[in-house]
Amino acid sequence: AAGVGQQWVLVEMVQAFYEAPAYHLILEGILILWIIRLLFSKTYKLQERSDLTLKEKEELIEEWQPEPLVPPVPKDHPALNYNIVSGPPTHIITVNGKECINFASFNFLGLLNNEKVKSAAQASLKKYGVGTCGPRGFYGTFDVHLELEDRLAKFMRTEEAIIYSYGFATIASAIPAYSKRGDIVFVDEAACFAIQKGLQASRSNIKLFKHNDMADLERLLKEQETEDQKNPRKARVTRRFIVVEGLYMNTGDICPLPELIKLKYKYKVRIFLEESLSFGVLGEHGRGITEHFGINIDDIDLISANMENSLASIGGFCCGRSFIIDHQRLSGQGYCFSASLPPLLAAAAIEALNIMEDNPDIFQTLRAKCERIHKALQGISGLKVVGESFSPALHLQLEESCGSRENDVKLLKRVVDYCMNSGIALTQARYLEKEEKCLPPPSIRVVITVEQTEQELDKAASLLKEAAQSVLN
Amino acid sequence: INHIVHNGGLYKRPFNEAFEETPMLVAVLTYVGYGVLTLFGYLRDFMRQWKIEKCQNATEREEQKDFVPLYQDFENFYNRNLYMRIRDSWNRPICSVPGAKVDMMERVSHDYNWTFTYTGRVIKDIINMGSYNYLGFAQKTGACQEAAAKVLSQYGAGVCSTRQEMGNLDKHEELEKLVARFLGVESAMAYGMGFATNSMNIPALVGKGCLILSDELNHASLVLGARLSGATIRIFKHNNMQSLEKLLKDAIVHGQPRTRRPWKKILILVEGIYSMEGSIVRLPEVIALKKKYKSYLYLDEAHSIGALGPSGRGVVEYFGLSPEDVDVMMGTFTKSFGAAGGYIGGKKELIDYLRTYSHSAAYATSMSPPVVEQIITSMKCIMGEDGTTIGEARVQQLAENTRYFRRRLKEMGFIIYGNEDSPVVPLMLYMPAKIGAFGREMLKRNIGVVVVGFPATPIIESRARFCLSAAHTKEMLDTALKEVNEVGDLLQLKYSRRRLVPLLDRPFDETTYEETED
Repeated sequence: AAGVGQQWVLVEMVQAFYEAPAYHLILEGILILWIIRLLFSKTYKLQERSDLTLKEKEELIEEWQPEPLVPPVPKDHPALNYNIVSGPPTHIITVNGKECINFASFNFLGLLNNEKVKSAAQASLKKYGVGTCGPRGFYGTFDVHLELEDRLAKFMRTEEAIIYSYGFATIASAIPAYSKRGDIVFVDEAACFAIQKGLQASRSNIKLFKHNDMADLERLLKEQETEDQKNPRKARVTRRFIVVEGLYMNTGDICPLPELIKLKYKYKVRIFLEESLSFGVLGEHGRGITEHFGINIDDIDLISANMENSLASIGGFCCGRSFIIDHQRLSGQGYCFSASLPPLLAAAAIEALNIMEDNPDIFQTLRAKCERIHKALQGISGLKVVGESFSPALHLQLEESCGSRENDVKLLKRVVDYCMNSGIALTQARYLEKEEKCLPPPSIRVVITVEQTEQELDKAASLLKEAAQSVLN
Repeated sequence: INHIVHNGGLYKRPFNEAFEETPMLVAVLTYVGYGVLTLFGYLRDFMRQWKIEKCQNATEREEQKDFVPLYQDFENFYNRNLYMRIRDSWNRPICSVPGAKVDMMERVSHDYNWTFTYTGRVIKDIINMGSYNYLGFAQKTGACQEAAAKVLSQYGAGVCSTRQEMGNLDKHEELEKLVARFLGVESAMAYGMGFATNSMNIPALVGKGCLILSDELNHASLVLGARLSGATIRIFKHNNMQSLEKLLKDAIVHGQPRTRRPWKKILILVEGIYSMEGSIVRLPEVIALKKKYKSYLYLDEAHSIGALGPSGRGVVEYFGLSPEDVDVMMGTFTKSFGAAGGYIGGKKELIDYLRTYSHSAAYATSMSPPVVEQIITSMKCIMGEDGTTIGEARVQQLAENTRYFRRRLKEMGFIIYGNEDSPVVPLMLYMPAKIGAFGREMLKRNIGVVVVGFPATPIIESRARFCLSAAHTKEMLDTALKEVNEVGDLLQLKYSRRRLVPLLDRPFDETTYEETED
């Protein structure tokens, strides 16, 4: 019965063959021939790599000469010969063997040499030793870290704070944790190098707006809005951020935060604020630019600062709402893959915070001194003061450049040397010339700290006048 | 697969590395485990979305609800549903010096690890097998701590300036000279953070038009540094010299893609000890290849400095090679020296260039003085210059501990990855549930271990990692081994079938970026 059934199916097949239309048979015939051809042809090579013989390849390998690993650096390069500071970089500093008054270290609140801070660090050293021997995830979380994070969050009146062991890595790890490829970041031209590296690591679209120019920023935001309307699906998943600094390191200006908040809600952009210079300087209690302008701190999505300026320790922190900060505990590269902050430095920072909370009048004192020297430095022939009157880190730039950056740097070096020989320690602001996006002009950095007396401020001002007179005229 | 390489000429000592294959049944069960967890994850997400279950995530502000969402739901799927269940194995807070024994703050969770509360009790004297304390310099008493205390009272804790401005203290100069002497190189430079040493100096050395050949399992800092430099990156299989040679040949013969211009320079990035695998780089072969193809070698000795070699000078001494063959010797002070920071050592031109053009020298604050003093004292101790033989004794103790511990674990029947001489000992767990179970069971028995899962390791190869220390005495190791044995029996972790197949060279694998026809 099976044999008959099979024969019957065969007859049906042959019948169907005769009954099929011609085009159908031709098409099937062509397909069968194509399959046979594919089965028997050689495999397809992506790239023809075998046009060079083995001997030719060996010759190429012999001939190839790489560049030297590093190009030679001229011996008189301005950044090569460092100043050697013997002893602590406190108010009276010994640079290259000469004792000077320190106008170059960012020790705004004078906490570097504070006895209470040092004894807190000593106590921590006796309890924990120096290093933590591990990242935060693997037995590197000490109770000191948790306490410092708690204190910083309370001080800044946010929900949570997270600590990094290196100031530069703080903002450079925070930005790529949120902003990824395809997102858009609007950043000020004068942003510091750490922000630039964070943006580069994030692979997002970067749009620079002119320094402190809100009209330019609004123009860029409007352009982005018209782009969004063309492609609403993409716009719904593209995150947008504005990255600004409270007090700019490169120019000493303050950022117009109230206008930024208005732009934030109008165009639905998140704000990341970098407060390295303004933390512990601006505001009635030193809480930074948000306190200075009286803005609700929850309006800023993320505040990042380093503890190396006002707090005179090492490291950095980010603070904000838990919704935002908690994400960095798993995706902040500088947090997850790096050893945690040595506990003695965390204890020093906690003690420094205590001092800041107990003496809120040092901020007023600092501001008064900044105003004083700002006024005193006006009118120096050949040098102009760049920076706000209450900014503790000013720049002195040449009024007229003498042609090339190299010559400007040399000229400023002579001014600095003159001052150093007469007992005021200053330094030029150092940049990596080829790496910066918008290279600031060469300048002398003047840093005001709470420990400088009024006589010293006046002495510095008059010395700078003298130096400018003798060198630039 | 077990390689025992004795071949003459390049290797002066047996190079014994083993990566036993995952047993088939275990692999299948692991996938099944992850599948079940994923299904449950979807179910819970569904319940949370429909408010059947309380959502305990932090949420966006009311005023910003119409902004573009900051996180995509799917990105956090793993975080919410798998990581959160066993979150208590990580970020364990301690409150004493991270030495051989450590005190941990007890914490409990009443809502399945979403929040933790501290009971206030301290669990004392947990044997610490998780901290990177290879030579036992994490101490709160002793010469190092006293020297650091003196420097702290003299210099203070911070520096408040960069190296190129006013932050270069005499202590830093002293440290750099000492590091150069320790490594046997012409000159060295020190930085405040090991991660930043890689991510800020690799971009200074290579740029566009250069080629970076990086090992598959390199650390995140090396990957970030390579990406930030703008050079082309090609990956070779982990510790596989044929793969590296093929990439080198192809790179020189064919030049840059599309334009066919010759490469400006080729930089090979390898690590001394890979911390997740416990394997040691095949340095003699890498150096032979580097010389043949005229490329440059960047060696990251984060885990191997102080831990390998008869006098603790790292992987270069371990193989009996000369430090001049390695172009850039990088390492960190966090692991063997009990401090923080990193260094780069090499020829004087290299270090002069880095002093001028390194991102860290121009923009980042320099190292804190007490930390610098700790490194100086511990380094002098290892070199024997402080007049005692403590350093030498510790290096030998670490080597003995390593051999003993690994041998005993292998005898018990666990699968242990890596080289016989590496103080990093990964013990394979595979299944997701065992990750949490191992960590918790060991803590119950007063031993602190580190467990790692995805994404630090491939998804089915989760492991527990033991970091041995010269501070561990034989009694501590025996206690730990006894407990590991017990937990291993309890959780059925003894997977090893001891397949010792002597293979002299690994068979050639295809590279990751092109197809070949063999």
